Amino acid sequence: MAPKLRILIVDANQVRAAIIEEGLREAGYEQLIRISATTGLVAAIEAHDPDVVVIDLEDPSRDALADMFLVSQHVRRPITMFVDQSDSASIEAAIEAGVSAYIVDGLKKERMQAILQTCISRFNAFRKLREELDEARSQLEERKTIDQAKRIVMRLKGLSEDEAYALMRRTAMNEKRKLVDIARSLITAAEMLK
Amino acid sequence: MTTLHLRAGFMPLVDCALLVLAKDEGFAEAEGLHLELVREVSWSNLRDKLNVRLFDAAHMLGPAAIAATLGIGGVKAPMAAPIALNRDGAAITLSLRRFEDLARLAEGDLADPGVSARALAAMVARRKASGLPPLTFAAVFGFSAHIYLLGEWLAKGGLKLGEDVRFEVVPPPQTVEALASGRVDGFCAGAPWNSAAVAAGVGAMVLASVDLRRNCHDKVLAWRADDVQRRPAAVAKLGAAILKASAWACKPENFTRMAEHLSAPDRLALPAPLIERILHGELIQGAGRPPRPVERFIRFDREALRPDPDDADWVLAGMEQAGQLFATPQMREIARGVFLPDAFEGIASTDLRTPKN
Repeated sequence: MAPKLRILIVDANQVRAAIIEEGLREAGYEQLIRISATTGLVAAIEAHDPDVVVIDLEDPSRDALADMFLVSQHVRRPITMFVDQSDSASIEAAIEAGVSAYIVDGLKKERMQAILQTCISRFNAFRKLREELDEARSQLEERKTIDQAKRIVMRLKGLSEDEAYALMRRTAMNEKRKLVDIARSLITAAEMLK
Repeated sequence: MTTLHLRAGFMPLVDCALLVLAKDEGFAEAEGLHLELVREVSWSNLRDKLNVRLFDAAHMLGPAAIAATLGIGGVKAPMAAPIALNRDGAAITLSLRRFEDLARLAEGDLADPGVSARALAAMVARRKASGLPPLTFAAVFGFSAHIYLLGEWLAKGGLKLGEDVRFEVVPPPQTVEALASGRVDGFCAGAPWNSAAVAAGVGAMVLASVDLRRNCHDKVLAWRADDVQRRPAAVAKLGAAILKASAWACKPENFTRMAEHLSAPDRLALPAPLIERILHGELIQGAGRPPRPVERFIRFDREALRPDPDDADWVLAGMEQAGQLFATPQMREIARGVFLPDAFEGIASTDLRTPKN
């Protein structure tokens, strides 16, 4: 094993950066540096002298990185984006996951592929986590909205909880709308008629 | 007519105007397009997302389209440009302190690029003699008209970018901050970022790109090269919308509205008056100087939108000068092939036949 590589992780999102770091550590890489600076990336590279740079696509300093190889004498080693032209699926997977990797001074493709795969899966895992959290949050919000609308129907129509719910469901099915939309309209209407 | 959904990415610059107008003034819709615009944070992202088809088309630096097509800079992503989005519109700005130095060392009228470049050479020599760190200049991308323009200006003073002065890439929206923090001493970028640096009180404009070169190649509407073949209807419709936007954008009475569209939070997110002045060709200069009127500072007219293979020759010369490649005849052919004047003529002739209503 040769994981003596120094990997620089550039990500303003602390949580995601930690997840990536953990993933790479599990894969046997020990020399990991995390920075969140969107400015001064060039200086950071000069200071840390990494072999590999992994960067979040939302970081604007990505363009600075992409062009460091053109800078003649001020950067010690050339740096290029890692792209395996023979593997278009992995190019797509990286861009869709939102991560990009750069190699400093010609690293072996096979070793790089493993690092990139780890980062892609960690980026995706992080996104899934966030989506699940968002979904849980919005489900909770929807339930609150429906409950609130149900109470309005109960009060105005003198119905029981089950009856009020059944009426809202029937209306939603009838109008081919989502239950939560019906609930929102009810709440808006009730606000207006207050 | 069925609606075609297209997604296009852009960077926050005045030269993304025709895409913004195609959407905001309804020209795309009139062509049966549902145009979705996505602001990006880097040119690399635009290139890569176009390549994996997260975008159908992109606001792109012509030289970046050539570099991606040739596969230099690590990524091979063949692109083609059936229409350009502007010509000209860039400028070079220095930090206030460096501008003061420049003014002190200038022998002659600073408005002359030769005079300012020689003054810069004198500054570089003095700094070297007194052991000060080299100056750092920024351009918006490694493959851009801006880096080649910067190179042309420096050459007038006998200086070479990357040797006599350090070079860094700073994306347009970060230029003002980079100048303010002292990370860079100067930059070359498209509008409105020079004006933004002057307005922020951190920079002084030295010259406009038109002082070095008129009708300078800049941004194009890039598609994946294979999509130009496979999706002619989409290419033609978006091209026609851009042409209508161009006619609209050339009328001074529309400048206020145009500036308002561009100033929106999901576009440039800058004050509309700052942008409107630029459209009128009135450039604020800073360092106590009055605004400078520049005729045809940025071009959006129909003639400016014709993609010209000869521009590829200028780009490759710039790339060679910057040490980015050594161009072979085969590379020249491929680079020229990125710009599609015939496709433009096709779009333009259809557009002329369309009754204006």
